[in-house]
Amino acid sequence: MAIIDVDRLSKSFDKLKAVDGVSFKVNEGEVFGLLGPNGAGKTTTIKMLTTLLPQTSGNAKVAGYDIRKQQNEIRKNIGIIFQDPSLDEDLTGRENLEFHAILYNIGRERRDAKIAEVLKLVELEDKADTLVRFYSGGMKRRLEIGRGLIHEPKVLFLDEPTVGLDPQTRRHIWDYIRRLNETSGTTLILTTHYIEEADYLCGRVAFVDHGKIVALDTPSALKNKLGGDVVSIQINAEDRKKFSQLFKGLKWVKRLSAHEDFIDINVEEGERRIPEVMVLASKHGLKILSVSLHKPSLEDVFIHYTGKTIREEEGNSFVQHMRAMRNRRNR
Amino acid sequence: MDTNAIYVMWLRDMKRFLRAKSRIIGMLMMPLFFLLGLGLGLGGLIHLSTGGTYFNFIVPGIVGMSLLFTSIFTGSAVLWDRQFGFLKEILVTPNSRASIVIGRIAGGGTTVVMQSFIVIAISMLIGFQINPSPIALLAVVFMILIATTFISLGLTLGSMISDFQGFQLVTSFFTMPLFFLSNSLFPASSLPSYVQDILFLNPLTYGVDGLRIALLGTGTFPIWVDLIAMLISSAIMISIAVYAFNRTDVG
Repeated sequence: MAIIDVDRLSKSFDKLKAVDGVSFKVNEGEVFGLLGPNGAGKTTTIKMLTTLLPQTSGNAKVAGYDIRKQQNEIRKNIGIIFQDPSLDEDLTGRENLEFHAILYNIGRERRDAKIAEVLKLVELEDKADTLVRFYSGGMKRRLEIGRGLIHEPKVLFLDEPTVGLDPQTRRHIWDYIRRLNETSGTTLILTTHYIEEADYLCGRVAFVDHGKIVALDTPSALKNKLGGDVVSIQINAEDRKKFSQLFKGLKWVKRLSAHEDFIDINVEEGERRIPEVMVLASKHGLKILSVSLHKPSLEDVFIHYTGKTIREEEGNSFVQHMRAMRNRRNR
Repeated sequence: MDTNAIYVMWLRDMKRFLRAKSRIIGMLMMPLFFLLGLGLGLGGLIHLSTGGTYFNFIVPGIVGMSLLFTSIFTGSAVLWDRQFGFLKEILVTPNSRASIVIGRIAGGGTTVVMQSFIVIAISMLIGFQINPSPIALLAVVFMILIATTFISLGLTLGSMISDFQGFQLVTSFFTMPLFFLSNSLFPASSLPSYVQDILFLNPLTYGVDGLRIALLGTGTFPIWVDLIAMLISSAIMISIAVYAFNRTDVG
């Protein structure tokens, strides 16, 4: 069952189309990712789905409620972990959680139990009564994630949950997010511009670029669309022609490219094809010096759809343009 | 009305206020200097045609002034919350915007009224004499209504303006005329009649007049006129604040 149903949602700021006719569905219990560079329209989409920003056109339903007409019903059923900090730093961690619980109408007994549970989950029990302004960045983030869970939302939005955190804390938070989804079944929607984050966490990923969804599928399906894996064999340069002829005619070879003493063969399920490649070569008396298998990353997929890497999209436009041209040439 | 939200917003202001001791002292400095400089210093030279000492006359005016300034300043909390992102956290909760506004007025109102008590206590130490009558208790009602009117104004400005310098500029654009074109420093009757008309459009005039009747026993209007004027201005200003807060940008 779709817990989120987005139908041609758009948002314009003056002449700028921040979100341009986005449609997608998210199933209950899913971890769904919106992946794209900064400024692609991810946060604007989240703001509309969480009733913080009215849409220009299109519509969406969250937990069965209309984002335009049933805002209060939606607010009761969702939690958000914002991209930017959203804590009251002049309050303690516990007070931030308490106030949140009261704002969601949770009675005292359940409130106390829930706060204790959440503090334990995000490992802030011993810092609970310290003012938030003395917390480190990672601690603040963990407190915010904990706060988003207090009222047991059906859908939890996480807008760039690990931006600006050190790798270790990031890993830690990924594990929380995964465990949370597995144990409570909460539907999670996260935006990110970190490829690894989407790959590690999301059941399905939508690529967002210039306000549009350019591709949407499971990470592995997205990667397979590129033509599967790349088996790269190192050979003696003088054998290159023979190798090319040998593999070119084969049905399971999707694409072949040779350069210097390497031959790259695009195949599906590369690990199964390696033995065949080896056998075929020795049958024809050709020598393979080394073999490597390269799985395409989501980054490769993003380049495929947009002609740019995510990082380049965020760079300045001239460099971006030059690199985009280079990337297009290289493909 | 979501009472939980009102309670949380009030409680939050209480906790923050009690933790910011320097702010409490800072906010008391200006009324204190006015009491000393204007009330005692200049006051010795002034003889009121309406009778009584100028010091007694000006204490309710200074209470009104400190209420006006600190109340409007309360609006900057919206800017800080926007800056620190806490505004989003409040706005995605299932609570009406009106309750959030009422909660802020309750919280800000409690703190500014407590400050007024301190101003009155200090004035009494240096010679202010309260009219010994149960009517004096009505002063609390007028303090609450003055606070409500001007906190609402502050929240309106805070909802519409997102940069701090702009906020400061615009609030001083409001506070100065509201203060000087009221009866805080002088009786309205000492002005030419065309200026008096402006004073009578200013809610602070009725608020301070109400304070004078409650604390001194004498004023310009009947006390019920002051009360009704302040109730009307509070109701109008709350509505405007709710309207503005409804449209505020979360940043």
